[in-house]
Amino acid sequence: MTDPMPGLTGPRARHGSTLGQPLTRRDGVLKVTGAARYAADNHPPGMLYAVLAVSRVARGRVTFLDVEAARAVPGVVEVMTHANAPRLATDPDEKTNPFAFRLNVLQSDRVRFPNQPIAVVIAETLEAATEGAERLAPRFDEEPARAALDDGEVFTPAVVGAGSPADVAHGEVEAGLGAASHRVEATYDTPAQYHNTMETHAVVAAWDGNRLSLDLPSQALAMTQMRLGQLLGIMPGDIHIRSPFLGGGFGSKAGVSGPQLLGIMAARLLGRPVKLVLSREQAFGPVGHRAPTRQTLRLGADGEGRLTALHHHTRTATSSFDDFYEAASGASHSLYASPAIRTSHDAVRLDTGTPTFMRAPGEAPGSLALECAMDEMAEACGMDPLAFRLANYAEVEPMTGRPFSSKALRECYEQGAARFGWAGRPLAPRQMRDEAGLLVGWGMGTATFPALMFQGQARAVIRADGTGLMETGAHDMGQGAWTALAQVAADGLGLPIDAVEFRAGSSDLPDAGIAGGSAHMATAGMAVHEAAAAAIARLADLATGDERSPLFGAGNAGVVARDGRLVRRDDESRHESYADILARAGVAEIEGRGRAARDPAAGADYAMHAHGAVFAEVKVDPELGQIRATRLVGAFAVGRVINPRLVQSQLYGGMIWGLSFALHEKAVVDRRSGRVMNANLGEYHVPVNADVPPMEAILVEEHDPYVNALGIKGVGEIGITGSAGAIANAVRHATGTRVRSFPIGLADLLA
Amino acid sequence: MNRFDYVRPSSVSEAVAAGAEPGSAFLAAGTNLLDLMKGGIARPTRLVDVGRIPGLDAIETLPDGGVRIGALVRNADLAYHQEFARRFPMVAEALLSGASAQLRNAATTGGNLLQRTRCPYFYDTASACNKREPGAGCDALAGENRQHAVLGWSEACIATNPSDFAVPLAALDAVVEIEGRGGRREVPLTDFHRLPGDTPQIETVLAPGELIVAVRLSADAAAFAGHARYLKVRERTSYAFAVVSAAAALRIADGRIEAARLALGGVALKPWRAREAEAALAGASPGFESFQEAAALALAEARPSGDNAYKIELARRVIARALTLAAAGTPERLPALPGSPFASGGSLHD
Repeated sequence: MTDPMPGLTGPRARHGSTLGQPLTRRDGVLKVTGAARYAADNHPPGMLYAVLAVSRVARGRVTFLDVEAARAVPGVVEVMTHANAPRLATDPDEKTNPFAFRLNVLQSDRVRFPNQPIAVVIAETLEAATEGAERLAPRFDEEPARAALDDGEVFTPAVVGAGSPADVAHGEVEAGLGAASHRVEATYDTPAQYHNTMETHAVVAAWDGNRLSLDLPSQALAMTQMRLGQLLGIMPGDIHIRSPFLGGGFGSKAGVSGPQLLGIMAARLLGRPVKLVLSREQAFGPVGHRAPTRQTLRLGADGEGRLTALHHHTRTATSSFDDFYEAASGASHSLYASPAIRTSHDAVRLDTGTPTFMRAPGEAPGSLALECAMDEMAEACGMDPLAFRLANYAEVEPMTGRPFSSKALRECYEQGAARFGWAGRPLAPRQMRDEAGLLVGWGMGTATFPALMFQGQARAVIRADGTGLMETGAHDMGQGAWTALAQVAADGLGLPIDAVEFRAGSSDLPDAGIAGGSAHMATAGMAVHEAAAAAIARLADLATGDERSPLFGAGNAGVVARDGRLVRRDDESRHESYADILARAGVAEIEGRGRAARDPAAGADYAMHAHGAVFAEVKVDPELGQIRATRLVGAFAVGRVINPRLVQSQLYGGMIWGLSFALHEKAVVDRRSGRVMNANLGEYHVPVNADVPPMEAILVEEHDPYVNALGIKGVGEIGITGSAGAIANAVRHATGTRVRSFPIGLADLLA
Repeated sequence: MNRFDYVRPSSVSEAVAAGAEPGSAFLAAGTNLLDLMKGGIARPTRLVDVGRIPGLDAIETLPDGGVRIGALVRNADLAYHQEFARRFPMVAEALLSGASAQLRNAATTGGNLLQRTRCPYFYDTASACNKREPGAGCDALAGENRQHAVLGWSEACIATNPSDFAVPLAALDAVVEIEGRGGRREVPLTDFHRLPGDTPQIETVLAPGELIVAVRLSADAAAFAGHARYLKVRERTSYAFAVVSAAAALRIADGRIEAARLALGGVALKPWRAREAEAALAGASPGFESFQEAAALALAEARPSGDNAYKIELARRVIARALTLAAAGTPERLPALPGSPFASGGSLHD
């Protein structure tokens, strides 16, 4: 394996090196200098370029492709269509597990969504392949597209999200609504959104017999290896995936996508390495998206502003051929106390690519609708939005009665509100103006995200020279895994961070689980922590069992690892360096292996969530309707913070994503064709720098002894939740207009 | 990715000769054309790169006090030219409200006027578009058309012109200098772009081979410098095309409007000069009532081309606001967020 982090193994001055320190990104210099090698930066000898031709129709069959014209382009080597594409060992439509999405890889002439690949042109140059793909001039037998939530037949899916029941109830919702003094019923629409990772999906594939070498950005190396092994009929261990860096994943790179598999198939067909990179436009379809939702919330509250019932219903969409359902109602499971809660979902099938996990799946749209509905109810009760949320503070998980493993949400409310200056906010909307006459509004939302943990493994080595090695197949998607996991490794091994070689991002390393669900730091971090502890324990055995060691007789629990030495706990003058211990024992190196998983008993006994509170200020031009967020303050309780710099960056990123959700992002779908009409970053709006206000993310102290030994909850997604709702509520407070269709645009505020 | 020839003439006359050959397209910065070629929307067989022709990149003050802007002057260079920005502040403001810093550093004066519409159906080659393929029909008519035209549109085309720069130029009676094989001619900017009618594929008055060599503004235009603003309403604070924009300029003396200039962007396939509104403003006292009346006159002929009726009311409000801002006087410095109703950019950490 080539070193994915050249130049980072030597000594390097940094501030801080252990847990809790704001280390700068170890890969930062590589990224800003362009030296970081992403998948598409690889060019093995003899490599060919593959370019997709995609369908313009949403449903039908491919009836003609001018393969001869494409082949006639000088430099074109092969045109792969459904007629000649290699068949796969496992049907790509077979659902081998709930996370194995069905793939459209030229196994038939059937078209199931716009931008579905219908051919791959492989050539000596990118230009020839591009030209060849254009010459295919496809014709279709076209069927009408089902493109909008109203276009399909409604049904109730068996499960939603990652396998949750579609309809869950606790208590008597209708009775609770009937008995309520105040009732709110409101419907909120959120549009289809696309991940738009800066790095589009790419693959460089090289076969050597039945062995496969891949450069492929992945959030789930081991899972991808397994799936590819099944599809290609080879041993997963014969597939080597390098994924040192991802230019964003957000859930869309958790499995192998159809286009990436096509690149691999093309390489097999031709016996030469092949590179395939999606264009931006082609990424609107075959690599997942967040489905649209229409959420109806029904809330009841008594005279004191306490919820009597909460029903959160979500209608969403999946593809015509696969199942993934945005579990938006799940946001209402655990956040607010109510004697009766029901969360339900139904869905329609549309001629789109299959939706998938997208940063804060379920929670992002669900939190937005819930926080808006809570605000509407606070208003109905004549209460301050924060006071209303405090009145409905859940001391235990409302639907199960389980205690929370930890929950510093009250502190989040307090610290966030104080920092923002929430006190004195006028209750009625449209009461505040700035010196220029712009309407000013303040809104808030509660943030919440489950503290998940998957299974992961790591391997630690202490070498003869006293340095350490830590290996785990972790994934750096930009969130900072290279840095934060190395901090855990250094701390666990009792070494300065520059004395630890940290390897990640490759499938030949121990499985670190998937980088998703905000669980990577907890999962891979705990695996690293356990591996380090195992190596240190073995080293301690060597030392404390050897009468020539100053540590003899201390017992392996009687020593601590610090600065490359084992030190006697009860007598710090007695210590010995790792190198000396190994040398005397005549051992070249010792190894420790670690496994991480949630303690099943703790997982059963406790509800585990991260929490936060987000406060937003927006300004709205009273006549022109143009909106701008001007201040965002979040306070988050996310358990142990390994690296506050990286954690704050994650939270800022999430908060900006929430801003984007509330005010900008929307796939504009033509109802007739099903095509996304703004499939580019010029017209698919995300916030530009000028849209991003001054932000603060306060890290609220929280110790959680149950989530895992390190106390980590995860920060990758929670920043979105709360933020989108806070901004929507601030718009209402500024203008007096409640907009329930997102993103909120100036046209909504012109009345 | 069609194959094409590439020639690089060294003079305007060579360029004009080369550009007249069928299938030729002039290339300057390529900020729009190259995207169109990659998308298969434009398929020239020959690119005539005028980007290095000497003598076209000057900003000259003319003897009569006007200014002549060479066709190759970069948008950023023009906007940051101090003398130009002082005399034609709303042109500078419009330029800086457009695109991104990177694009403004590359895009040229001539190219800006020739950028194509951003109608998504024009860009989506699987859609019907009369502009791209005459006679094919217009899929925007019954499609996603919230951003489309409310003035001057036809059943054949409801697209809009995306230029910010062209809006104050239209208001200020800019003149486009054009060179063709027959020599040089001049066209008022307000006549340069064509409304769609039945031939939306014909977008300007340029004949094949004709090249924009300069844009001129008169000294008379500079007389509006004290009361001139560009206001651009958009769905995000920067790097977005106008939903509606307005260039408003006034000459005020003794509390009366002597003369007014008003043009709209984002509402039609050309920068929309509002002459009736200007006439009504002349002699009026600046204020809410006269501005409202002007706004109503400017939109008198407007009608929605689809799901965009909101733009008519929005345009009225944008006009009234732009006139109000202009009446208040051009600010000493260009605002941190040019063209934005949010005048100040705010600091990252206050």
